[in-house]
Parts: sequence; structure tokens; C-alpha cells
Amino acid sequence: MNGRRPLPAWAEIAVLPLVNIALAFITVGIIVRIIGVDPLHALQFLVVGAIGSSESIGYTLYYTTNFIFTGLAVAVAFHAGLFNIGGEGQAYIGGLGCGLAILAFDRYLPAPLMIPLAILAAALFGAAWAAVPAWLQAWRGSHIVITTIMFNFLAAALMVYLMVNVLIAPGSMTPQSRNFAASGKLPSMHDTLAAIGIQVAPSALNLSIVLAVLCCIGVWVFLWHTPWGYALRTMGHNPEAAVYGGTNLRHMTMLAMCISGGLAGFVGVNELMGVHQRIVLDFPAGYGFAGIAVALMGRSHPVGIVLAALLFGALQQGGAELAFEIPTITREMVVVIQGLIILFSGALVNMPRPWLQRLFTLRGS
Amino acid sequence: MMAVPAIELSGIQKSFGSVHAVRGVSLAIAKGAITGIVGENGAGKSTLMSILYGLYRADAGEVRIDGQPMRMDNPHDAIAHGIGMVHQHFMLVDTFTVLENLVLGAEGGPLLAGGLAAARAELERLAREYGLSVNPDAKIADLSVGEQQRVEILKVLFRGAKILILDEPSAVLTPQETDQLFRILATLKERGVTIVLITHKLREIMAATDHVYVMRQGQIVADRRTAETNPEELAELMVGRKVRLQLDKAAPKSGEVLLSAEKLSLVDHRGVRLLDNIDLELRAGEIVGIAGVSGNGQTELLQVLSGIRRPTGGKLTVRGRVIDAHHPSDPAEMRTLGLAHVPEDRLRQGMVAAFHAWETSILGYQAQPPFCRNYLLDGPAVGRHCATLMDRFDVRPRAPALRSSNFSGGNQQKLVLAREMAQEPKVLLVGQPTRGVDIGAIEFIHRELVKSRDQGCAVLVVSVELDEILSLADRIVVMFAGRITGEVPAGRADERTLGLMMAGAHA
Repeated sequence: MNGRRPLPAWAEIAVLPLVNIALAFITVGIIVRIIGVDPLHALQFLVVGAIGSSESIGYTLYYTTNFIFTGLAVAVAFHAGLFNIGGEGQAYIGGLGCGLAILAFDRYLPAPLMIPLAILAAALFGAAWAAVPAWLQAWRGSHIVITTIMFNFLAAALMVYLMVNVLIAPGSMTPQSRNFAASGKLPSMHDTLAAIGIQVAPSALNLSIVLAVLCCIGVWVFLWHTPWGYALRTMGHNPEAAVYGGTNLRHMTMLAMCISGGLAGFVGVNELMGVHQRIVLDFPAGYGFAGIAVALMGRSHPVGIVLAALLFGALQQGGAELAFEIPTITREMVVVIQGLIILFSGALVNMPRPWLQRLFTLRGS
Repeated sequence: MMAVPAIELSGIQKSFGSVHAVRGVSLAIAKGAITGIVGENGAGKSTLMSILYGLYRADAGEVRIDGQPMRMDNPHDAIAHGIGMVHQHFMLVDTFTVLENLVLGAEGGPLLAGGLAAARAELERLAREYGLSVNPDAKIADLSVGEQQRVEILKVLFRGAKILILDEPSAVLTPQETDQLFRILATLKERGVTIVLITHKLREIMAATDHVYVMRQGQIVADRRTAETNPEELAELMVGRKVRLQLDKAAPKSGEVLLSAEKLSLVDHRGVRLLDNIDLELRAGEIVGIAGVSGNGQTELLQVLSGIRRPTGGKLTVRGRVIDAHHPSDPAEMRTLGLAHVPEDRLRQGMVAAFHAWETSILGYQAQPPFCRNYLLDGPAVGRHCATLMDRFDVRPRAPALRSSNFSGGNQQKLVLAREMAQEPKVLLVGQPTRGVDIGAIEFIHRELVKSRDQGCAVLVVSVELDEILSLADRIVVMFAGRITGEVPAGRADERTLGLMMAGAHA
């Protein structure tokens, strides 16, 4: 009330996130100043490190790919009114599925069959890992936030067990599987572009980013242009209306979480099939959790998620360069910077809203 | 010359953002009289009274109590000036006794015993003086709704109120309880209490008040001595055009049984019997009205009939499909059987507030053609459908892309009704068809329901507004405590007998 108007839609989508990011960067600047580094100098390294060369752009986009997958995963569940905190575990198990499919078939199947099969396996395993908490919530009433958190730990423990005892390559001292055969490798972007005559510097960027873009389009079509997406969003906004409208909430909870888990599982495609070429430990490296911030910042819309994922990808890559160039800024310092961005664009997302509303009301009257 | 009014408002203005809720209202409430304020939903009655009670601050204007200018910054100021408010929804602690509720917020010291003893004496005095007898040691949960309302009134008097504001006091009462309330108000008036009665029921204005103000769009459009006006004139003033209060309808031509319930029961997980052996038949071409005080199983009956909840006993037959505890149905299947349902609470069930109107216009039908083709929603087709519904049911504004929550209550209800009727259902269940809906829209909705009856649809109307049941239904079924306590043809129904059945007496 108080005579304040709600923000116009364009300000809600464009201005508010920018104000949040600006606030985060100002805070970061103050902290960087305190540890004795010129903030503008640091910012320069950050930006150049993220987008200064075709190699750094490649790495930024490679990280972005992961953030898109986990951001979409959180967003789909969120539209259904479900808070999926288990992206980390679903990504991990998705990677396991992808890796198992390749280890089983890479010697028999050519790449055009192997790659789709491995992608499908990643989605199925990720979905299955999300399906258990979904089932527990839908039929037994266990809260999905609690169960998905616990399933992250279960996934981590399971993977350590499997990698140390079962999947470890014979004779290896490190817990990783044998290398994938050539058919189990997702082509890198520099090779693919070279094939059509475009030369770019080698980086970890691979064709997973195409899959990520397809997922964005798919999620957008599903949520806003299919009757199931419609029912899913109805459940998220108003479960009673969904029941009235003939939606079975249990089935819809399962569907939403399986799609969410499947999307998270694609992190395994980017990491294992695209980069590592074998199953390794700890490859989700926090992407699952960062996906929550990406979805929040991107307003759970694919376009917003792409933008937020680009920012997070740039921070990941630029931050690594920054830590390398300025010794006082350590790896942990970069994590602090990311944490502040998440804080301002996540937890404090509504803080500047009243200020902006006042500004718009003044301007409007 | 006139005596100093108890309350005088002059030039009161109040805006919420761009909404100008109260526009320069001036009125005088005479001392020791019952003054009514009528108006449709959103006319500004409640905002005006909230200003008087100190819940909102007016943007401009003056409030005078007994001729003295006053500033009301919060309800404490209002109470200190002898103004008390009885809210539509009771503010009582169910597990406390009457006495304990009375002293709540006025305990009179760190130890309860002293305060309680003083309160008991005061309560006895009030009971004697105003004829408001309630057992001081009864638990609120054990009292009837009418008695609970009496406790609310006592609470206000206990705090020394000389001016009593009642906001829609009859919303939860049976007709007998309403009559009792009006007798209490008459006694209070004799003892010099000033009473303001806010309501949208014209019958109550005519029965209880001395003077009436009519509000429309934030302004006072008329003030009349009640003795010199009539319901038709008041309705016209409220709406701003001529309104027909009587519904014209032909005799029903009832046909085959489309829906029948036999010993239908519903027991919840705590073992509470919500529906108790309901026997009900619904025939093509008739309107059956379910009367009853809210909370006596009507909500659960609609849930079971529409497939939202499965019955725990008995059976339900809808157009040949038999539904019982072991063969449950669901709302989606019910729709394919030709049953449509306009839910009681449109905001919580019938629509999604955050959705565009066009999205709301297909809720429940999203997966069927022409809205869905080749697994995709056909946006333009849905948009055209929504525009057609809006034209046919006069939904304003005609904006399919507007958020559902931005429509007024009446227009939301018309949209939901339009959606369900567009399917040309064989059975139509309607819960509270006109709750929170303005008079103009009520007239329209009633006509549409009769029209669909005349086309051979079996219509079931659940309403807590007895007037509505009386004017719409061909057959009236009364519910009390999950049971059916009586059934009468509309021609032979009158408020008194229905009221007795609503209170649990078998006819």
C-alpha cells in the first residue's frame, strides 16, 4: 500500500537484477580495497580473464553450460512449487549414468549412436535420483527440501564407494574409471568450428552448449506451451486450483522432479563426455547449488537463466584468472565474490525493490 | 434543531495507489439510532469504517465524535473514544471461556483472578441491562455461532463502547439468529447505544435501521430515512440503474436423473463424519438449492460430487458411472462425464490469481481440443475462446491478457462461470454463485443459471444466502452437520421453516 505502485514488468526483469549486481560489485569493491588491492585493477583482470580472448570466452561458455543445466533444473521444480536443492546429487548421478553407458557400449557403438545413448542415460539417472525424493514427498509427505539435501550426501558417498571399489581403472592409483573410447567423446567446440573453417583457441567448451540451448527452448515450450506445463505451473501457484482442474498432484510432483533431475544430470554430459573423458570424483563442484542462485536471478525463465548463467560463468572463469594474476586475491576470495553476488541477487533480491518503486512512483506522478 | 451527531465525517478521502477508494464522504450518524450503510462490494463501506476505527488514516477530511474533532491513529484511539467494532469473522479464542475472552487485552493486573472477578460482575450488569445472556464459564467452542457473536458484542460493550459498528453481522447466521441479533440491537438502541450496520442485504436494512446511507464508487449517493424508502429504490441507488430483484422463471421441466447419491458418506482421517448418509437426486432441467449455514458439509458435498475427494461410504452415480470408495473418480473424469463445477472459493480453487485471464479461461480443459493440438497449447485459439467468453458474459475489462487477480470479484466469477458453461455441461455444480459479487452481476448470473436449466442441464446450487436459494431453486435441500435435514419444493418453502431445518430440527 502506502501509495507505492508495483514495478513495470520491464523494470522487474531488467532493472532490478542489474541494481542487485551493482550493489554486489560495490560491496566486493569495498572488500577488495580493504585487503589492499585497487578494485578497478581487480575488475579489469576479472573482465579480461572472462572475455578477453577466444580461449577465455570458450571457458566462460563452458562454465555457463553447467549453470544453464542446473539453473533450468531448479526453475522447472520451482514453477511446480517445489524447491529442488538436490541438483548437485542429481548432476553427480546423471554423470554416473552417462559414464556407465559409455563404459558399457563405447567399444561397440559408433559415436552417432553412443552420444545420444549416453545423453539419455544421464537424463534417466538424474531423473531417477530426483524421483525418490519426489515419491517420498508425494506419497509419504517427507519434505522435498530435506530429502533432496540428504540425497546430495548419498550421491557423494555412493560415488566415492563406486569409484574406489568398483569402477576404478585396473592398476590405477587415483579413483577414476578407464578412459572412454573415441566414440564416447563429445566433440569440442574448437574442433567442430575448425571443421567448418572457423579457427578458435582450444578450450573445454564442447557441444554440450548446444544441448543447453535446446534445453532452454524445450523448457520454455514445455512450461508455457503444453497442457502439462500449464498444469505444472497451476500446481506451483495454487495446488487447490490444480486439483480442481483435474491434475493429480502426486503424478505432477513426480513429473516436475524427474524433468528437473534430468536437466541437472546433463552436467555430467558436459563434464565427463565433454571434458574428462572418464568418470571422476567431485565433478559437480557446486554447480548444483549455484543453480539455485542462477534460477533465482534469472526469474526462473530460460532467457533470464541464460543471462544469469553467463554472469556466473564469467565470474567462474574471470575469478580463476584474477586469483592467478593477483596473489593477494586467493581462490577463497573469488568464492567470497561469488557468494556476495548470490547474496545480493538471491537472498536480498527484494531489498532495492521499495527504492525503485519510490523512484518509479515519483517519476510517474 | 438537530442534536449533535454521535459521529460526523466530513470530506473524507482515501486512495490506495491509483485507486480512489473513498471520495469526499460526509455523513452524520445520529446518537442512539441504528444507521445502515449499504453498497456493493468495493463501494468503499469497509474502507470508510476502517478509517473511523483507526485502521487506516484518511488522506483528507475530518472525524468528529460528539462534536469534537478527533484523530484516530489506531484502534486504541477509537476504543478510547467509545467506538467498538464487531468484525465479520470473530476474533475469539476457541479454547477459552466467555469470561477469559472478555478480559483478553484488558486483564487488569498481573494476576488474573482479580480481573476475572471484576469482569464477572460487569458481565452480569451488562447482561441485565442489555438482555445479553451468555454463560460466562462456557467454552467458546461449545457455543453456537449466534452466541459467539453475542460474546463479540459483549466484548465491545465491556470495553465501554457507546458506538457499535457491525460489519456484515448476518453473514454466518441462520434467519432465526439474525432476528435475534436484530432484537439485541433494538434493546441496545433503547439503552442509548449508537449502532452502525454495514451490510449488502437490503432486507436487513429495511428490518433493522432508522436511517440509511447508500455508497457507490467511494461516494455517498443517497441518504434516506428507512421508513421512507424501499428495497427497489435502494438497489437502484446502489447499482446506479434499475435492477430487477425478482427472478422471472418458468416452471421446471425436469427429466431423467443425471446424478444420484445414495447414503453418500465422508469420514476424514480423524474419524469426523463430514457427510452423513446423503441421499440426493439431480434431474435434468431443474435447479436444486442446498441451503444451510456455512460449514455444515456443503463444501465437502461439492468436493465429493465433483470428484475432488473420494467418498468413504455409499455410492454416487453420475450419468451411469458408479463411484464409491473403491471406484473413485477425479475432476478430470467428471468433466468428461459432462459435469462442470463452479467452486465456492473462486480465488483458491477456480482460478490462478497470477495467470492471465486467457489461462484461467481453460483451467481444467487445457488438454482438450481446440485448446490443445499436437500436444501443444494453441495460444491464439485460447485467446479467441477467452474473448468470446468475455463478450458473452460481459466480463470487464475485455482483456484476455490481464492477470486474473486484477479483475473485480464479480468479473472473476463471471469468467469462471463462463468457462464452465461454455462446455455445455449436463450437470452443473455451483458453489456460492454470487459471493462477493455486485448486484448487477448477481442478476446476470442468476439469469444464466436459469437459462442453462431451461436447456436441460441439471443444476445444483450451494449458497449460504437464503434469498438466493429461494429465488433460484426449484427444490430446496437443507443441510446441517453433514446431514440432509429436509427437502421442500421451492413453492412451499419459507424462511422460517428453512431456518429451523438449518439449525438442525428435522422437518
